[in-house]
Amino acid sequence: MSTATPEPADALSASASSPTAPKSVAEALTHTAGLLRFSTAGSVDDGKSTLIGRLLYDSQSVFEDQLASVRSSKINRASGPIDFSLLTDGLRAEREQGITIDVAYRYFSTPRRKFIIADTPGHEQYTRNMATGASTAEAAVVLMDATKGVLRQSRRHAFIAHLLGVQHIVAAVNKMDLVGFSQEVFDRISGEFREFADQLGIRNVYAVPVSALEGDNVVRRSKRMPWFEGPALLEHLESIPASAGAVSGPLRFPVQYVIRPDASFRGFAGQLASGELRPGTSVMALPSGVKTKIQSIVAFEDEPESAGPGNSITITLDDEIDLSRGDMLVAEEQAPFKGTEFHATLVWMHSEPLDPHKIYVLKHTTRTVRARFNQIRHRVDINTLEHVPATKLDLNEIAAVDVKTTLPLFFDPYRLNRTTGSFIVIDPLTNATVAAGIIDGAIDSGSGSRSAAHRKHSTREERILRFGHPAAAVWLKGRPHVAELVERRLFDEGWQVQLAGPNDFLSHELVTVAKAFRLSGYITVFCPLDDGTDQKQVVRAIFGPDSFFAVRITDDTDEEAVERIMNVLRKWRDTYSDPYKGKS
Amino acid sequence: MGIELKMELYTKTDDRVTSSQLDHLKMLEAESIFILREAAAEFAHPVMLYSIGKDSSVMLRLAQKAFYPGKIPFPLLHVDTSYKFPEMIEFRDWYAKHVGAELIVHKNQKALDDGANPYTLGTQKCCGLLKTRSLLDALAEGGFDAAFGGARRDEEKSRAKERVYSFRDSLGQWDPKNQRPELWSLYNSRHHKGESIRVFPLSNWTELDVWLYIHSENIPIVPLYFAKEREAIVRGEQILLLQTGVRPLPSEKPQMVKCRMRSLGCVPCTGGIRSDADTVPKIIDEMISFRRSERENRVIDHDEEGSMEIKKREGYF
Repeated sequence: MSTATPEPADALSASASSPTAPKSVAEALTHTAGLLRFSTAGSVDDGKSTLIGRLLYDSQSVFEDQLASVRSSKINRASGPIDFSLLTDGLRAEREQGITIDVAYRYFSTPRRKFIIADTPGHEQYTRNMATGASTAEAAVVLMDATKGVLRQSRRHAFIAHLLGVQHIVAAVNKMDLVGFSQEVFDRISGEFREFADQLGIRNVYAVPVSALEGDNVVRRSKRMPWFEGPALLEHLESIPASAGAVSGPLRFPVQYVIRPDASFRGFAGQLASGELRPGTSVMALPSGVKTKIQSIVAFEDEPESAGPGNSITITLDDEIDLSRGDMLVAEEQAPFKGTEFHATLVWMHSEPLDPHKIYVLKHTTRTVRARFNQIRHRVDINTLEHVPATKLDLNEIAAVDVKTTLPLFFDPYRLNRTTGSFIVIDPLTNATVAAGIIDGAIDSGSGSRSAAHRKHSTREERILRFGHPAAAVWLKGRPHVAELVERRLFDEGWQVQLAGPNDFLSHELVTVAKAFRLSGYITVFCPLDDGTDQKQVVRAIFGPDSFFAVRITDDTDEEAVERIMNVLRKWRDTYSDPYKGKS
Repeated sequence: MGIELKMELYTKTDDRVTSSQLDHLKMLEAESIFILREAAAEFAHPVMLYSIGKDSSVMLRLAQKAFYPGKIPFPLLHVDTSYKFPEMIEFRDWYAKHVGAELIVHKNQKALDDGANPYTLGTQKCCGLLKTRSLLDALAEGGFDAAFGGARRDEEKSRAKERVYSFRDSLGQWDPKNQRPELWSLYNSRHHKGESIRVFPLSNWTELDVWLYIHSENIPIVPLYFAKEREAIVRGEQILLLQTGVRPLPSEKPQMVKCRMRSLGCVPCTGGIRSDADTVPKIIDEMISFRRSERENRVIDHDEEGSMEIKKREGYF
């Protein structure tokens, strides 16, 4: 371990010559890495405000008069020269109570990119604020205190970020100055966090040791932690690929507004959720199922040749078809689900609990319908991540529910498309936004089917879209009743699953059974008898080594075994990449 | 023809800057256009608050783009305190005509007749009557259920928490502790009769973004933003342009100062800054080296710690 002289990485009196702020017009215009939105969560004393203040200050996004106003503030709690949290805690109530109670947005830029921080409180009673902040973020900075390690709060933030589809998690171990910049402390905390993230199926974790107070590894690499070779926090955030244009997947264009200046022009305006289009692109209109082609993309100055994800555009069509706000133009070959019933995860955001008998207003893309949530499948304990049975849903609670809408929605699972997979729930009487919803997948019934325009037989890709996973085999030896528990758990969570017990078929039928389930896209739970005839290799060959999981239960408890298997399967499902890939 | 000549006066750019990559501006533009269209689609009677400043100019351009080739489907509303710079009024009338938008000008004539002015009332009360009250009256009179504003979250601390759709009760008041959660880009426009929603399409823009966009789109702005020798009085840190309504103290002598306005408001409450920046790129250069925030020259924000939040609760933009 290094024993370098403790000398702040840079002093607070840093001059205007910060290396991170853009230096010229040209430089400011060429944020080559585009825009990155990230969320943070934390409480009073884990140094979150200090970290953000540090990022703003070092990138010259804090102005002198704002600093002066903080310095002279009546309620400056600071003992040091500047209390950064006074810069970031915006509302009077917060300044007076020293807490952060809402989501605040902060802005700063470096020569490489512009950043938007969604700054949220970390306590359990602010779960909804964390979810709000994470809903638009591509990255999340989970702040941990080096003197305290991985707390419930850190886990909660990571879980909510993952739930809301945040792709990049940064574990910032703060207050390294208080633990003597110890590599051992950092390794222990970051290791523990990684293990947890792994369980959730989070793939992109970057851990970095920092001291927000003194600036180590925030903007510049610290000389006081030579054992750490990775980039500083800001350098890492600069290198995360921007999501603009990166939303893969087939065409989804929710019609937002119809532009009709006169009888000769009828344009359809909206923001492209995914896919690309150009004049000549074939599209299908939903709900009508009518097919036509893009005639032109109309814009204020020049007519663009093509449009990609995130672009707000206006298009005209080859044919006069019935199309208005709330409808959607999609790729004919890869249409979204069209239906009135689906599985979703709700984050409840209102003090009045969910009423399963009430009809709510549901807004999904540009479409607003009525909906009911009459079945709560289970609640997720955001601290332990356990699924617990629930009959009601209170403020800040998260649950898997069945949704039934009055009119069909055109949707994709949230994991595949954040725009067509998300919705909000509004109370029709008070007009309050009461919940955020994440679509997990269609309910396997007649109404949850793909668009009627699909006349060809269903494909493997379509089944993956519906089920949320391809076929797999779980080869479970040791305790047959655990196989039943696993099957029940998978089923309850919306997986397409079938138990293949030892008494369900004769041993020579195994190959046929395995092939049939593999073709149907099922997670098949086998619990073979221990009779010496090992047909494991046969089944493994049918499902393929990546989708075959042999489990031997030894001394785990039943619950531990189920949890272990579930974790493996969730991780496998998450690493299973976008089924649209390579299929443009 | 007259319009073309004016355009040169209001846009001053040079070709030093090539805007090859505008990734982040394009993303901001797309988001703002989405917000404008969403509100235009869901509200019965939206209106755009037009304050004549640079942010309003940008918001107006975005509205032109959002509804092209159609016209902007809502009127512009200017709340005129009658203490604005004459250049602003001239620009306002020219630009609204140039864009082809309907312009509503509203004054709190009763308060003005009763002698409301910043000198005897103080800035807080004056703003309350001539801006906030006047705005609320104009919204109620017009029956508007949504009002677009050009406010940005980076302007001031309490604005950092303002939603894109900011709900106002039937008295036009903002309750910062009880805001609707706002997720993804799914905005909740539902409200009861009498209630309204302020919509902020530029929420995620910074002052620098606004200038970069003005530059890359060649958007017209009021000439007061460009540096020029102007007759002014220097009062402490403030440079007050010598215009009708500015009352020099006995000890103050008017002098010529090369200065410009960083943000525009009412004559007595808006100070200039010393500057040589007489084109948009020079302003951007200046911005980049700036270490002072733009609202600093607005007297009103400094009256009391948290004064903006108090005003906003009461209905100020």
